[in-house]
Amino acid sequence: MSDQVIAIIFFVAIIALTLGITAWASRKNTGTDSHYVAGGNIKGWQNGLAISGDYLSAASFLGIAGAIALTGFSGFYLSIGFLVAYLVVLLLVAEPLRNMGKYTLADMLTSRFNSSSVRSVAALSTIAISMFYMIAQLNGSGALIGLLLGLPYWLSVIVIGILMTVYVVIGGMVATTWIQIVKAVLLIIGTLTLSILVLSRYGFNPLALFAAVENDIGREALVPPAPTPGIEGLWLSLDVISLNIALVLGTAGLPHILIRFLTVPDAKTARSSIVTATWIIGLFYLLTPVLGYGAALIVGQDAISNANAAGNLAAPQLAEILGGPIFFAFISAVAFSTIVAVVAGLVVAASSAFAHDFYTNVIRGGEATEQEQFRAARYAAIGISLAAILLALPAESFNVAFLVALAFAVAASANVPVILLTIFWKRFNTTGAVTGMLVGLISAIVLVLISPNVLTGPNPEPPATPIIPIDYIFPLKSPALVSVPLGFLGCYLGTILGGRGAEREREQGLQVSYDEIRVRANTGISNIEEEIREAAPETEQRTS
Amino acid sequence: MESNNEWVRVERTGAFKDLVRRKKAFIIPATIFFLVFYFGLVFLGAFTTVLNVKVVGPLTLAYVYAFAQFAMTWILMHLYVRQANKWDDLVERARTEAASSGEGGPA
Repeated sequence: MSDQVIAIIFFVAIIALTLGITAWASRKNTGTDSHYVAGGNIKGWQNGLAISGDYLSAASFLGIAGAIALTGFSGFYLSIGFLVAYLVVLLLVAEPLRNMGKYTLADMLTSRFNSSSVRSVAALSTIAISMFYMIAQLNGSGALIGLLLGLPYWLSVIVIGILMTVYVVIGGMVATTWIQIVKAVLLIIGTLTLSILVLSRYGFNPLALFAAVENDIGREALVPPAPTPGIEGLWLSLDVISLNIALVLGTAGLPHILIRFLTVPDAKTARSSIVTATWIIGLFYLLTPVLGYGAALIVGQDAISNANAAGNLAAPQLAEILGGPIFFAFISAVAFSTIVAVVAGLVVAASSAFAHDFYTNVIRGGEATEQEQFRAARYAAIGISLAAILLALPAESFNVAFLVALAFAVAASANVPVILLTIFWKRFNTTGAVTGMLVGLISAIVLVLISPNVLTGPNPEPPATPIIPIDYIFPLKSPALVSVPLGFLGCYLGTILGGRGAEREREQGLQVSYDEIRVRANTGISNIEEEIREAAPETEQRTS
Repeated sequence: MESNNEWVRVERTGAFKDLVRRKKAFIIPATIFFLVFYFGLVFLGAFTTVLNVKVVGPLTLAYVYAFAQFAMTWILMHLYVRQANKWDDLVERARTEAASSGEGGPA
């Protein structure tokens, strides 16, 4: 049997498994509540695995291993940045979001601001972030599946696109969550096996692996790149800072991660799911140097960059040498399941923003029937998927990896300031929320458009491909260093200069009292009168 | 604004004030600590070469500092969860205190 036939068998097995899950989930996917947030019935450990699954995208599995293999320590920044980002989510965002939200990020914001413009702009930024992310994933995976299976790019994109549409339209969030759980387990098994195989060559001593890196590749692979003198060097150093700001803050604004906290019944479960997720994600990232350096030593840096300039095939190449064609097929199938699961999560996030926020609440003023809403959710999923496929198809020859960085930057600049200020700032008002989100969104996009990502100049350094042959205007590849402060500034200035002031808005019913927000965010009480009535008899019993 | 009084009633309970004070006392220092600890690594890596020294065998200070981020994340996460599980009792108390303090509840 040729290697490709084995690979195809594994791929078909994964497709069959995920479609089986979808068919099973379709019986539970009976209304908007199950479609958007799996009915809020996901258990803590299940959600922990699903969060890990959303987190460990192909960028984590293939991208970081490749980056460490080719660039050494700088690739490891991605691992640490993604992990530490979790603390922002855990300490600042997760519980208030669970306490205030329903289906989407916009629900959380509009639990304070009674404004369709806040809802629309929040939906817009959710759709923008998810789209950038999805196009990057489809583009990267199209090329990857092409190489692994010998399929042409366009066919790979269409296959993945159809799969994600089917999962979401038929199985909703229930299917998406379970596919994510299965994929997380597969990814853990694959990564552990691969790491053990690498370490077995070094007497199971990680220090021996590092020693081999020092001897065979050189010390420079174990340290951050030395700061270069001059203005160019300054930009490079600032770009490292900027990228890390986007990673650490942006995660707390990624809609497909945030909606995971709405699939659990309460803040306590959200918390326990975070424990599971942080351990899994941390252990995974801790193994990325083993995969990356293992690939650099065993496969060789030249062989890795020849197969894919960004090093995305390092992990599968390593699997082939260490475990033969069957293990190679398994790891490739794991990568494939990672891609389809993550894009499905993105479709849920983007389509719920479209159907629930735009259609149900803005266009229909919240008056649509349950039937109409459910139908809108499914049509939106089809529409979003179709748009992502159509945008990914012509992008074949471009290196669009920067779209991932853009997604994080928009999340950090447009969503994070407004989420934090909605919870913590008493004077925050509608104008501030809308201005902040728009400033964050637009500045991140414009800065990327005039950065070396897009204005590549005629002869960019490989692996970049020329996109627009003009020299860049903004020197940083990651805009967060500038766009995040602009997002906060937009919120602040909008609040101070524009609109009515929080107190007047409260009087006119444009936002609820900050007392309510403070109590809701901190306690999870949502239906105050009822809950106080329920609590009352207890005290009577205790005092009598 | 009838219902707003109810929110204020919860807000005024001793248990709620205690809850918010304890949360602040943990979350603000913890957030400042992890941001400084993390961006310390990024700044030193981007602008200096002090992380290049070898510490344990072939392991550079950069890697030791980086691995410390994992320990920090796990430790902070568990500290937070332990604290937060205690906060749940305060939420419960705030509810009952608000119910018994108000004229709206059954006397």
